[in-house]
Amino acid sequence: MSTLLKPKPVMRVRGARAEGPSAWMVVPALAFFLVFAVLPLLGVVFLSFTNWNGLGAITWAGLESWRTALTDSVTLNALIVTLKIMVYSLLVQVPISLLLGVFTAGNQRYRAVLAVLYFVPLLLSSAAVAIAFKALLDPNFGMGPGLGLPILAQNWLGSADLVLFVVIFVIAWQFVPFHTLIYQGGVRQIPASFYEAAQIDGAGRIQQFFHITLPQLKYTIITSSTLMVLGSLAYFDLIFVLTAGGPGYATRLLPLHMYLTGFRANDMGAASALGVILVVIGLGLALVLQRLGGNSRSASQLEGA
Amino acid sequence: MALATETAQGADEQAGERSQRKRVGRSSPNVLGGLGGWVWLALIILPVYYVIITSLKNQAGFFGSNPLAPPTDPTLANYRTVLEADFVRYFVNSVIVTLGSVIPAVIVSFMAAYAVVRGSGRIITSAHTLFLMGLAIPLQATIIPIYFMITKAHLYDTLLALILPSIAFAIPISVLILSNFLRDVPRELFESMRLDGCSEFTMMWRLALPLVRPAVVTIAIYNALHVWNGFLFPLILTQSPDKRVLPLSLWAFQDEFSVNIPAVLAAVVLSTLPLVVLYVLARRQLVSGLTAGFNK
Repeated sequence: MSTLLKPKPVMRVRGARAEGPSAWMVVPALAFFLVFAVLPLLGVVFLSFTNWNGLGAITWAGLESWRTALTDSVTLNALIVTLKIMVYSLLVQVPISLLLGVFTAGNQRYRAVLAVLYFVPLLLSSAAVAIAFKALLDPNFGMGPGLGLPILAQNWLGSADLVLFVVIFVIAWQFVPFHTLIYQGGVRQIPASFYEAAQIDGAGRIQQFFHITLPQLKYTIITSSTLMVLGSLAYFDLIFVLTAGGPGYATRLLPLHMYLTGFRANDMGAASALGVILVVIGLGLALVLQRLGGNSRSASQLEGA
Repeated sequence: MALATETAQGADEQAGERSQRKRVGRSSPNVLGGLGGWVWLALIILPVYYVIITSLKNQAGFFGSNPLAPPTDPTLANYRTVLEADFVRYFVNSVIVTLGSVIPAVIVSFMAAYAVVRGSGRIITSAHTLFLMGLAIPLQATIIPIYFMITKAHLYDTLLALILPSIAFAIPISVLILSNFLRDVPRELFESMRLDGCSEFTMMWRLALPLVRPAVVTIAIYNALHVWNGFLFPLILTQSPDKRVLPLSLWAFQDEFSVNIPAVLAAVVLSTLPLVVLYVLARRQLVSGLTAGFNK
């Protein structure tokens, strides 16, 4: 629409003011973003080729930090753990959010009340959620003995086999509400006439879901999944407080691995290399997911992310 | 979507849609959804309930009673313990950092969104592209250079160190959502104001801002939630207790109170209370703004 309504070139000559805001309006935001996001982004690439312990002088190291980061078996493990959490989180969160989103999109009053309560986990900080679940999962003073169910009184956070599922559950607990909200909005935008037509044709609820709701939600699903995938590259505080990456390396995700390498092992060079890997994975996944949405709407798709 | 001129018509349509949906819904109930809905509610409520009742128990009650039973003699002693452990200072720090980040972030983002929607030219277009890319990049990956810059600028261990990057990180999503809403303002309104001789600056504050105020409120609350609950920047950019913000203080309380779980959970409740109040006051706007903002 901008091309259609663009002022004629004659007006442009007379003065920028007549045809829209001048560029200075974007300058303050651009300046903040350049200094505290773009510059650090370039900085992380630069620092990945250096040696720095966080305090002393920065010295050129060539590819040494990359070698350290890439040959470390913990890095490979962190990549696998990150990938696992990403995939499992998607598998768990997409169906639940979709189900709850469709459900709360109904106009019954109690469903609106449910949607209000679903939002509560979004108000808690990840640190608070982690602390609450740590107490709740305690085998002696948590929900296991509370509900009188011995099966819930496990050493949830101390067992390498169980801890991954705990983390996936807690992540879902915290973020499903947000995605439910997105799906709820998406479902409400589907024209009711689609369902009427389907009903006249004799389609049942399940058929309606698979032939109307799901296809109509295509872009919502892509938006929400993109946010989930990119989010799983950013789970830091929750896991840092809940498990600190343990037991062993069982929940040491890439961002956590980067933090511990940089700020605990004082190897900022290797940590920067991990940061670069994180950026590349994030950008790559975002592009792939946008592609899935089709090229025709690529511009507005990216906006949807 | 959120336009004054279209509200009446939109409301009618919505009402019509709703009654139709109801008819459809009545034909066969969504059993799976209903079941899932109530189960999920239980999953949400249980931890919240546990945190609240435990924060009201004394130590003996915590170790002696059923963890999910309400306290036999509720006490506020844990809250006193938390308040005496410098909680007020952490609270004030959080307020300073949140307001100090959100207010400038919303102002600069609104101006940028206005320029993106109304303006043209290379600077504006490339800024827009940059912000969109910012959405796809895990900005946490940049903490090491940010730490470097902050120490070089002698800002380490100050509240300003938390504010500056928080503003930058809030810009992409804010510009995105605000520009989505600004796009719905009819061009004719700007055109008539322009013919009256108004400058772009006047149009921005007098016309655009009032029309997209719901979106501005939404994005302000959304950013406030993020900054208030932020953990990573405080962890790497501050160190002394008098610069601590709430999420970091929760983490520190864990060590400080060690086995006094009820006191730690009381701190959890106290740190969340302001957001609960905010949610109660502005829920409608936040939720409708977010659903609309992400579904455009």
